[in-house]
Amino acid sequence: MIAEAGLAALWLAAGLAALQFVLMVLSLRIQFDGARSMRSIAVVQGLLTLVAFAMLLIVFARSDMSVALVFENSSAVKPFIYKVAGAWGNHEGSMLMWVTILAVAGAFVALLAHRTSERTLVAALGAQAVLALGFYAFLLFASNPFARLWPAPPDGQGLNPLLQDPGLAFHPPTLYLGYVGLSVAFSLAVGALLTGEVDSRLARAMRPWVLGAWILLTLGITAGSYWAYYELGWGGYWFWDPVENASLMPWLAATALLHSINVLAARGALKAWTMMLAVIAFSMSMVGTFLVRSGILTSVHAFAIDPERGTFLLALLAIYVGAAFILFAVRGATLKEGAPFELVSRESGLVVNNLILSIVLGVVFVGTLYPLFVEAVSGEKLSVGAPYFNAVAGPLALILAALVGVGPLLAWRRERRPVFGQLTIPALLGTSALVITIILWPGMHILPRLGFTVAAYLVAASILPLVNRNPFRAPLATWGMVVAHFGIAIALLGMAANAAFTSERLAIAKPGDTLTVGPWLVLLNDVTPTAGKNWTAVEAELRATRGTSVVTLKPQTRYFSDPPAETNESAIRTFWNGQLYTVVGKPDASGAWQLRLWWKPFVTLIWAGGALIALGGALALLGRLWRLFWRRRADAEWHRERYA
Amino acid sequence: MSRATRFAPLALLLLIIVALIWRLATPSDTNVHSTLEGKAVPAFALSAILPNKPPLSSADLTNGQPHLVNVFASWCVPCTTEVKVLQTLKDSGVSVEGIAIRDRPADLAQFLASNGDPYDRIGSDPQSQVQISLGSSGVPESFIVDGKGVIRYQHIGPIERSDIGLILSKLEQAR
Repeated sequence: MIAEAGLAALWLAAGLAALQFVLMVLSLRIQFDGARSMRSIAVVQGLLTLVAFAMLLIVFARSDMSVALVFENSSAVKPFIYKVAGAWGNHEGSMLMWVTILAVAGAFVALLAHRTSERTLVAALGAQAVLALGFYAFLLFASNPFARLWPAPPDGQGLNPLLQDPGLAFHPPTLYLGYVGLSVAFSLAVGALLTGEVDSRLARAMRPWVLGAWILLTLGITAGSYWAYYELGWGGYWFWDPVENASLMPWLAATALLHSINVLAARGALKAWTMMLAVIAFSMSMVGTFLVRSGILTSVHAFAIDPERGTFLLALLAIYVGAAFILFAVRGATLKEGAPFELVSRESGLVVNNLILSIVLGVVFVGTLYPLFVEAVSGEKLSVGAPYFNAVAGPLALILAALVGVGPLLAWRRERRPVFGQLTIPALLGTSALVITIILWPGMHILPRLGFTVAAYLVAASILPLVNRNPFRAPLATWGMVVAHFGIAIALLGMAANAAFTSERLAIAKPGDTLTVGPWLVLLNDVTPTAGKNWTAVEAELRATRGTSVVTLKPQTRYFSDPPAETNESAIRTFWNGQLYTVVGKPDASGAWQLRLWWKPFVTLIWAGGALIALGGALALLGRLWRLFWRRRADAEWHRERYA
Repeated sequence: MSRATRFAPLALLLLIIVALIWRLATPSDTNVHSTLEGKAVPAFALSAILPNKPPLSSADLTNGQPHLVNVFASWCVPCTTEVKVLQTLKDSGVSVEGIAIRDRPADLAQFLASNGDPYDRIGSDPQSQVQISLGSSGVPESFIVDGKGVIRYQHIGPIERSDIGLILSKLEQAR
């Protein structure tokens, strides 16, 4: 019954989405006021998808094996948290989660958006309904999560052990919230293009959604990077895997949008460009979903290799993005550019920011899809890997990071003050970092060397906007910007240190052997079998010493029974100046074990930087919402006094 | 903004969609094509492993007739079912040669006794050296060699009953 209730809720929600779209057409075409009913419909639609998703959680929590999806992705012996998280650790469940978030976001737009004109809101809600409708159709016709099995099998096939990790419980929902948050920006942009009301009011309405989505994408990417780092046991934090790129591309577009939207909000300029970015940001989310779900590119993430689903998603992508681009092509001409600005101004700074981010986005997009195009044209097979991405995106990112220090110092419209003088201390810091690396490590590669230089400069330059004023009276949004930019410097420092100073040791060792890695002496003490709830493992006991400090690490190779699989559980110990990372592999015939040891100085700064960037976004969002709240309250009071 | 600028994103999108449709329609070819196809079999002379079975050398493959050279082992589980398919091929007139990888005479005799023996010749490759020179990375694998000793086709994994037609047509082409 529970599964059927979920399915019924989904059908009802789809019906309401269709109605919402019809009301939008009526409202825009004839004299018909559908705004109020559309708002209520959007809210009910959101609630219905929440019901459907709750039903899916219940069948997973109960291990109801008569539901095909539960049978394929769960097993009764799994720990409870993974039973629940298993609901979205598969194709159908994750698509249901996607639709749920989309519909709930639509409900919030209906409840909260009071800043745009009524017409634009109606158009945006209609666009959101069309988006949802496509995904309802996808779920109901091509990936029903509630399909039954008869007779019900006694136990399920289990969840991929790589996914049996606390990271899984949060990583996909965070990214999806981010992806789908961008759908609101998309719908608002489409709505504004339809009504022709692209102005600073629209930008202010769109900004919290972009900011919120961007925060979640930042967190999702940072967490995903850390998950890959410790769970896969390869010791790297970014692999330029197509699916990693799929999450990076919307982030890059959202980052550009986040900056250009400020120009539109403050100065009414960059109208067409900002609308284009809003469309592209969500398009990139859809491209990401398509790449992951169609299995079109070879990747560790390719779950469902199913041409039918791929075709369906591609059709949705083509229709939505195509329609938005047609709208842009037709209506773009009517957009008047806003207030003019001079060459040295905050606006040009943000234009340069957007330009570089767009080039990086293009580089990642081309690199990800290039193998496909080459094979289409010449039949030749190739893969594009880290050497290309690092060589092309790395220098661009460094230039951008250098400019991050300058942009916030510039005034809107035109800058006539000698602001560059403030950059003396940061520039000195950067230069000394460069000189120090040249003296101490003459053999260091150019990218990490420049990474240290730019990071040292940016650590100081990023806080300049708070220096020449009373920092406690600065708006929260300024604090947010400073924290986020400081986070970039920190992450850059971590990446440079990891690239320049990592020591790696791959060895075969018998119990009693001692290996050195970086400053550590690592003794393989013993290898013993151990067991957990649904796995058995061999566990190595390593005793690592550096000077007087001694630590014990216990990496494992785990064998899971359902489904049968093997994972490396790395053992990682974090110190203030780096991480000791250990992995145990297979034994050879003589009873010696493969060991992989890394000493990674300051690697944790990468994720700390990512977290700071997200925190900066959160501060900015809080600042914007706080202001909104007080302004609304002041308005209400003014009304009360006036009409009392 | 000029008309061209406004329509450029749409044009780019169409291009990308076309490429993606093409990829969905023609899924990536996951078959491994041997680079040795079209090249002569590397010279080798393997010793016999069983007293009643002649040994195999590369010279045996240049007698003007196409051969099916099967890389196998008695310890290989898929080989136990594949050997029955090879017997069917043998019965239809195909000459089947074997290269036994890292095998022991007693085990091999037991394997042939219980699963059937389609092989005209069997050479012993105790260190996998010939296997590696043929570009084979596992068992079972099979090579179709034409009468001049040139490799025409490499089959990775066991030959199933459903592959018989394919193998016979490849042998026909090698004639």
